[in-house]
Amino acid sequence: MSDTIEFLRPRANVLSRRDTIITDLKDLLPVDCLVHEARELVPFETDAFVSYRRLPLCVALPQTTAQVSAVLKYCNRYGVPVVPRGAGTSLCGGAIPQEDAVVIGLSKMSKILEIDTFNRTAIVQAGVTNLAISDVVGPEGFFYAPDPSSQMACTIGGNIAMNSGGAHCLKYGVTTNNLLGVKLVLVDGTVIELGGKHLDAGGYDLLGLVCGSEGQLGIVTEATVRLIAKPEGARPVLFGFETSEEAGACVADVIGSGIIPVAIEFMDKPAIEICEAFAKAGYPLDVGALLIVEVEGSEAEMDAMLALIVEIAHRHAVKTVRECQSATEAALIWKGRKSAFGATGRIADYICMDGTVPLSQLPYVLKRTGEIVEGFGLRVANVFHAGDGNMHPLILFNANDPDEAAKAEAAGNEILKLCVDAGGCLTGEHGVGIEKRDLMRHQYSKADLDQQMAVRAAFDPQWLLNPSKVFPLEGRA
Amino acid sequence: MQTSFTPEQLADPHVAQSEKILRRCVHCGFCTATCPTYVTLGNELDSPRGRIYLIKDMLENGRPADAQVVKHIDRCLSCLACTTTCPSGVDYMHLVDHARSHIENTYRRPLMDRLIRGLLVAVLPYPARFRAALVLARLGRPFSPLLARVEVLRPLAAMLDLAPKRAAPVAKAEAAPPLAPALRRGRVAILAGCAQPVLDPGINAATQRLLARFQVEVVQPQGEGCCGALVHHMGREEAALDFARANVDAWMREVESGGLDAILITASGCGTTIKDYGHMLRLDPTYAQKAAQISALARDVTEYLATLDLPRQAPKGLTVAYHSACSMQHGQKITLQPKQLLKAAGFAVKDPAEGHLCCGSAGTYNILQPEISAQLKARKVKNIEATRADIIATGNIGCMTQIGTGTDIPILHTVELLDWAYGGPKPAKLG
Repeated sequence: MSDTIEFLRPRANVLSRRDTIITDLKDLLPVDCLVHEARELVPFETDAFVSYRRLPLCVALPQTTAQVSAVLKYCNRYGVPVVPRGAGTSLCGGAIPQEDAVVIGLSKMSKILEIDTFNRTAIVQAGVTNLAISDVVGPEGFFYAPDPSSQMACTIGGNIAMNSGGAHCLKYGVTTNNLLGVKLVLVDGTVIELGGKHLDAGGYDLLGLVCGSEGQLGIVTEATVRLIAKPEGARPVLFGFETSEEAGACVADVIGSGIIPVAIEFMDKPAIEICEAFAKAGYPLDVGALLIVEVEGSEAEMDAMLALIVEIAHRHAVKTVRECQSATEAALIWKGRKSAFGATGRIADYICMDGTVPLSQLPYVLKRTGEIVEGFGLRVANVFHAGDGNMHPLILFNANDPDEAAKAEAAGNEILKLCVDAGGCLTGEHGVGIEKRDLMRHQYSKADLDQQMAVRAAFDPQWLLNPSKVFPLEGRA
Repeated sequence: MQTSFTPEQLADPHVAQSEKILRRCVHCGFCTATCPTYVTLGNELDSPRGRIYLIKDMLENGRPADAQVVKHIDRCLSCLACTTTCPSGVDYMHLVDHARSHIENTYRRPLMDRLIRGLLVAVLPYPARFRAALVLARLGRPFSPLLARVEVLRPLAAMLDLAPKRAAPVAKAEAAPPLAPALRRGRVAILAGCAQPVLDPGINAATQRLLARFQVEVVQPQGEGCCGALVHHMGREEAALDFARANVDAWMREVESGGLDAILITASGCGTTIKDYGHMLRLDPTYAQKAAQISALARDVTEYLATLDLPRQAPKGLTVAYHSACSMQHGQKITLQPKQLLKAAGFAVKDPAEGHLCCGSAGTYNILQPEISAQLKARKVKNIEATRADIIATGNIGCMTQIGTGTDIPILHTVELLDWAYGGPKPAKLG
């Protein structure tokens, strides 16, 4: 287990009251909704950022907003930290608990409450998975646009906490652009409603503030999201290049010419091999880098946009252009891309970075990323949302070798600093969590951070909500 | 994932195998999404990732199993939907097999649980005993609601409810005369099975008729018995291996005397286990190779039929909802052949929504975990009925019994429909 990043020291007065807290919380929840046996807590000690682990005090699995409110009210009253958890798919440790924290897991709140295709909205509980919404409205010709690669498992609550993105966000925007309202339980148990079925509401844009607040301003229990009508057609096209730099330059040129396809995804050679081994999607194995470009609309619209993109690709010495021939093939192409991280597990452990850079910097940052990782004697696979400049270098290492684990972490930190220095930022869609917390100073000035923390403290004066995350431990008010 | 085992622990080949499996898992959580128990209960402890973590913790610490771990492993259906979903290729099946045998070896179950499991193990794999038990069950059925009121007796109530209301006719052996080698397209053995011939002898009878019609010689090797899946899934590893060895011997005699092109299995639950014999017996020097040979010959009946290139039939005007058993789609990864065969035979085929989710049958799961099983059955039946199909087809007797007790739509084995379409008698269930 890595230990470079510190967690807050557990509050002794909370640890000593453990039994009382458990007894009290049992009274607030239905049978089978509180996990507290030592053995049963272990699976909750981490999320998908598995190199850091901390056991929680207990895990509450409420079934209603009222129960979430009751648990929060109790914890706030007795100064007990709270860590919210959706499906536990965070890649930055957003749901990793700590010894004195009550985890509030939303996994039992997984009902779709209302589908309103006429007004193009859906109201869902926070524990509903991202893909479940599209599955339900799909037959009626709609979908929910943000599509994180973990969309089959990750929850809307988690998506809101991290302002998650996905491959198709290039055209449709990230979570914040598709979220219309939330039911939010504040730390003292007060339940408030923000937004609604309209695109904007009067007063402050608190919804915008809550989206991406990593569970530190309250716990979202319900969300109203926007539904989008499915396009007439969609077609992923594979573009193979000799080098990553050429592919990167092509992306910059496409976007620079004002063309916005639905998605431009990038895979370098190691990533192509990993994904092809799992999905057998027919990715070309004889190229150094691959772009999956998806266009959508009528046949004529798709043809016209593709012609422009192909022309630009030829300027960058594209080796292969392959249009997908069937719906099955398109599904496989996306399955391979969306399983990329997990499929990497077939060959090595990995940590996944999430820096974002201006597109013009893409070729340079790709090159430097390779050099940095190589400098640590490790390997890297790049698979990411190129159209957004949202990079995901996967640093491969052996988790059973503490030396390699430390090197991987150090290489990751250098890559994220590189992204910031290139004019970008630490995170595109995964959030800060525990992973990038101590790099926040590299991104923000003291005044910037102080202002963000002041906002946080206004919602949660005792700093009980997900307290070890987002802001460096030193210098907190 | 990082693991921590000592070299001494890793000297145990079972631990070494589990360590390798655990190292593949990257804890991404995708598996939770398609796990029937996680979807139903909403608790990570009842998801593949949660169970993997519980097993890891138990094995790393070299600890005997305890009530908490057992509760969550017992709730696993072994449907293996997680292995279809897992991008990292985590071999959950063999990990949970190891956990189950570890539980069996280190944990003493409460009395009632022991009795019920003992009863299942003593009765189900043996057709004569099972037939006699069903007679008793029909007599005992009126007491089921009473038993269901007491929590520890609920499995008994579930057993009584699942017993067919009428006895199936005893199977008539329809041994076809051997075909002259020049005329025959193949020579196969069919697993007679244990529970299936008692519950529904028509399935293997239909298979034999169908194969005979297409010049495939069917042999019935002497000495084969239950495939061992039932005890295997209860963690009784030695008993499972004994069943496996007996079957390997029976089939090898046939392989060596007349030769076999395939060993056909008409219950996909058994097929998954027989295809795993090579792995199960890998540490047994006298059987390892033979078992691998048998596993390589094992085919689901639809896999084999798909190689025969059966002629396309005129549309029958009947819609079939195809329910893919978990052991078929996740255990054996057979997804296309049964549907292609049905379509070629003239049926319109529909896929029910949430086809990846288990119906709750899962071997003896519907007896041992009646509450979760009932919820899964209701969900499955709702999805199937939404297709408005005339008939349900599937390839596993367990699903047939489970779903059949929840809907009025007739449920048949895929081969029964194929036999009918290619000249056999109309299945009695279709009236």
